[in-house]
Amino acid sequence: MRRVLTPLGITGFALLALILFLAVFAPSIWGDRATTVDVPSALQGSSSEHWLGTDALGRDLFARVLVATRLSLELAAIATVIRVAVGLLLGTAPMFLGRRLGGVVMAAVTILVAFPALLVVLFLATIFGVGATGAVLAIGLAGAPSFARLCHTLFASVEASDYIAAARTAGVSRPRILFRHVLPNVAEPLVVSATIDMGYTLLAFAGLSFLGLGVQVPSYDWGQLMQDNLSRIYTDPLAAIGPGLAVVIAGLAFNFIGEAVARSFGTRDDVRRPVAPPRRVPASLRRQDQPDLLTVEDLRVDFTTSRGVSRPVRGVSFSVKAGEAVGIVGESGSGKSMTALAVAGLVDEAGVVDAGRLSFDGADLLDGGDHRRLLGTSLAMVFQDPMTSFNPAHRIGAQLAEVGRTHQALGRRVAWARAVDRLQAVRVREPERRARQYPFEFSGGMRQRAMLAMGLMGSPRLVIADEPTTALDVTVQKEVLALLGEIREQEGAALLFISHDVSVVREVCDRVLVMYAGRIVEDLPASELDESSHPYTRALVAAVPHMETDTDRPLAVIPGQMIDPSESPAGCAFAARCPRASVRCGVEEPVLEVLPSGARVACWHPGEARSVLMEKAEVRR
Amino acid sequence: MTLQLAAPAVRPASWLGGRWVRFAVRRTGRLLVSVWVLATAAFLMVHAVPGDPVRAALGANAPASLVEAKRASLGLDRPLLEQYLSFLQGLVTGDLGSSIVTQVEVSETIRTGLPGTLTLAVAAFVLAVAVSIPLGVGIAVLTRRGRARRTEFAFAGTSVVLGTIPDFLLGVLLVYLFAVELQWFPVAGRSGPESYVLPVIALAAGAVAILSRIMRVEMLAVLEADYMRTARAKRLSPLRTYLVHALPNAVTATLTIGGLLLGGLVAGTVLVENVFAWPGLGGTLVRSMLGKDYPLVQGIVLVYGVLVLLVQTLVDVLLALLDPRSTIGDS
Amino acid sequence: MSPLVLDQVTVRYGRSTVVDEVSLTVEPGQTLGLVGESGCGKSTVARAIVGLVPLTGGHVLLGGRPLPRRGRRRPVQMVFQDPYSSLDPRMSVGESIAEGFAERLSPVARRTEVARLLDLVHLDPARAKSLPGRLSGGQRQRVALARALAGRPEVVVADEITSALDVSVQAAVLNLVREMQRELGLSMLFISHNLAVVRYVAHDVAVMQDGRIVESGPSDEVLTVPRDEYTRTLLEAVPGAGA
Repeated sequence: MRRVLTPLGITGFALLALILFLAVFAPSIWGDRATTVDVPSALQGSSSEHWLGTDALGRDLFARVLVATRLSLELAAIATVIRVAVGLLLGTAPMFLGRRLGGVVMAAVTILVAFPALLVVLFLATIFGVGATGAVLAIGLAGAPSFARLCHTLFASVEASDYIAAARTAGVSRPRILFRHVLPNVAEPLVVSATIDMGYTLLAFAGLSFLGLGVQVPSYDWGQLMQDNLSRIYTDPLAAIGPGLAVVIAGLAFNFIGEAVARSFGTRDDVRRPVAPPRRVPASLRRQDQPDLLTVEDLRVDFTTSRGVSRPVRGVSFSVKAGEAVGIVGESGSGKSMTALAVAGLVDEAGVVDAGRLSFDGADLLDGGDHRRLLGTSLAMVFQDPMTSFNPAHRIGAQLAEVGRTHQALGRRVAWARAVDRLQAVRVREPERRARQYPFEFSGGMRQRAMLAMGLMGSPRLVIADEPTTALDVTVQKEVLALLGEIREQEGAALLFISHDVSVVREVCDRVLVMYAGRIVEDLPASELDESSHPYTRALVAAVPHMETDTDRPLAVIPGQMIDPSESPAGCAFAARCPRASVRCGVEEPVLEVLPSGARVACWHPGEARSVLMEKAEVRR
Repeated sequence: MTLQLAAPAVRPASWLGGRWVRFAVRRTGRLLVSVWVLATAAFLMVHAVPGDPVRAALGANAPASLVEAKRASLGLDRPLLEQYLSFLQGLVTGDLGSSIVTQVEVSETIRTGLPGTLTLAVAAFVLAVAVSIPLGVGIAVLTRRGRARRTEFAFAGTSVVLGTIPDFLLGVLLVYLFAVELQWFPVAGRSGPESYVLPVIALAAGAVAILSRIMRVEMLAVLEADYMRTARAKRLSPLRTYLVHALPNAVTATLTIGGLLLGGLVAGTVLVENVFAWPGLGGTLVRSMLGKDYPLVQGIVLVYGVLVLLVQTLVDVLLALLDPRSTIGDS
Repeated sequence: MSPLVLDQVTVRYGRSTVVDEVSLTVEPGQTLGLVGESGCGKSTVARAIVGLVPLTGGHVLLGGRPLPRRGRRRPVQMVFQDPYSSLDPRMSVGESIAEGFAERLSPVARRTEVARLLDLVHLDPARAKSLPGRLSGGQRQRVALARALAGRPEVVVADEITSALDVSVQAAVLNLVREMQRELGLSMLFISHNLAVVRYVAHDVAVMQDGRIVESGPSDEVLTVPRDEYTRTLLEAVPGAGA
């Protein structure tokens, strides 16, 4: 509720209170004044005595506008009730009438919704006749189909949810499912919609009365008052416009409230702009080139949100040599994907990326220069979800060719031919035909191939793959991984492979970086994952069952949860979940130290007996 | 968009052509069914009027013989099914009967009024689309990720207020300001191009307010999409990223939601025509409704309905051109 | 305790056959693993068993009798894949679990029973009052398991219950599944695309491809000496498996 009380919401509720007050009390306070005929002072303009002037019979127009609040509101309310009741009935018809008959009802609703409400109102008003009753029926019924469709959509989406399936499986009765699960979950959007529609219903009445088809003399609502005095726009503009203003204010009250409530549901603009400008190390302080293809030093990513500063990456340093395959593993929230995006310069604008050094292929990516061409041709990206990573509006071939057109100055035909050639290189069959297809005509595995082909439009020196096979079946995963291997071999490209799956990383990579809570906790050769020094790496490896896991022993578990990126613990971020944690771990943050073997680990108690961990896991059961 | 042109002009594969043919067949089928439903509803309308429509039209004082004669000439004394079939036959041949009151053929009245209504609706449609799409995109880009909060608030406030003011009231306000006070444009009637300005703005303003809001929301959603990250990973220029990669998808989503609104412009002409004494079908419709001239009401409602359906078909074709997915399956 | 038998179960949607004459037996107190790739029909089998999807042909029998489709007693319960959508966001954990009870209980008895079930899945009984939004994915999946157990089922169908979870959470849920299975003597149909996970929890395994069962038998046989070509392909594709 607090989130509804924005300036918008408060204005809405204040206006509504005013209108309700007028609807209840105006007729008894100003009723006499509104009906007192005073022919001598007819058709007066605005004055201190008559704010909006007087009408043809000398009645005070301002009083009439105030008094008309009740009728206008009443009519709109009744019409809204009709609309909601009939809409609910039609919208839930498929639930009561069965699939076939309900389908017929919904087909009819779909056809009706296509016609503008005003047209349907005019149609129905012809049948019901001119007058207030006819108008109420016409406006109420005309709105019913769209409300029915909204109901149907909401009900259908809730009905299809797993928690309804779970309730049905548990033997919960139909009526109880309807009242306990479905209604509470659809009520809110329906109420919002009905509120906003109440505003439009008011306007619809005004329109109908304005045409002379609604409320008839001697009754009067705002629309009727407008129609009555419209011709005076040349002489007494306030008399003509005054009743209209009342309609608009009432309409706004409902719209503001609806808008405020609707906004409190979806807060898409939650992320705020960063406050401080990014801190950058002057170029002179950065070390000069070294043979590494990619060098990352002290990489940090901050987001300023309404809940405070979130730090998904907190000082990450590593390098990738030409042709090397480096994996980053960690659970969700470890910052592995954000690290990959930051390296590629793809963190969206709300995030502040900062590093002591970030260089790729000899270029300093932080020097503020234009590295588009280098990155566009030498850095290939593959993302996790193949279904959403291609633009649905364009052909696959065109999306590939675009790279060649932009960065390699290829002509249209040449770029297209290269796109087809690259699709062939990733073993897409019938590449000419496939290039002309749209993403939705590709399977998930095919799209990941096409994504790799896009990276191959240039000559990639580094492929950054962010969970490229997580969404794929194992057999398809195997093909895509094999393809990645081939590309490395043929192009001599290095690979930065991000995954939550230790077994995949072990298979694909030479070296593994293990991340936890935005930091690298261990950096070791993939072949030594089973002899890791850091307790988190150990637990991560032991937690994943593989085809040789002892099925008689419980799997190792890591109790507790990862810290939130907005928290900053004093000591080791893993301490709270760590079986080896000592007092020191709670106060002093371990640094990433280079071991004699060349591996790195950030732990105060590295490499202690594996059995300790397993025993603790036993005890926890 | 330009990206589509990057594909060399090859003959579409046969099954691709098949998809378009199927789309055309399905869409035409839906249009025909809708027209049939509309025609049937219009036919039933006259019969659903409580009491005797002819008696209602001619008034309580009309002699019984006249009423009977009128009933016979309208064919209301024949069996319902026979009336229905001859009504449908009349539709095909363009015969919509004649007015009870003035005896003028309905088709003749429509022929005189239609151009006025049509030009108004088409102009408003074009204006609404032409203004709301760039406006929505611009505001979305300016206010993405919670930037320019004040701009966002001003835009939201203006669009809600503008969307709430009914078109006829806006028309009255415009007349007062620009025709009565400033005398820039004529107060009423259809004459030269300047006479179009106020009615078209009055009609289109509400649609612009709502459509540009939808456009902004859709554009913001598109900017967050995975494929936009792919586009950025390709290191395209920002302009190309917005125009070629974001715009078509946002327009598609906006048209899907806002298509009905554009159809609503056709009906909106009724009110606006009444404000501006515009020589179209709207004024005739209201007069015939008040005069209970049912054949005339029937004919005009039918015309409006068909116009709405045509606008929607046009929107669907636009959608199909922008988004190939919408040619498969019914959305 | 009696076996759950699927006899020639067929499910068709329009013209496409999603499940094609599938016959399976979940032995009492045992876990049957059902593996296959996406779209092979394994989830449809699960939904068909609990009656969420109508059978086009065949029978689902428990102890030789068809499963009750009416009334509160449902001897087969199901746990769903996505813990974020399988709990009503507006219903407290306790209420969700209590919906599964087969008989009416007094408020006090309900509370004790809910507390017992939460304790059984290693959740703090005080969680009964929380809304699902306050729980992590792993905790939600424990609640879903508790709700399934509330009806005192003979068989639990688990459909990809760990695929939405992080590996460390997956381990805890897998441990819990085995513990439940052993201590309560539950029969279970455990569906997963992950062969290593199935191997870890299941006594028997059935491999499904394009709506059909291509191979089934004891886990250690099927997963070490597969007879079917497709099973072999699957096994070879497992990361780290001799590639």
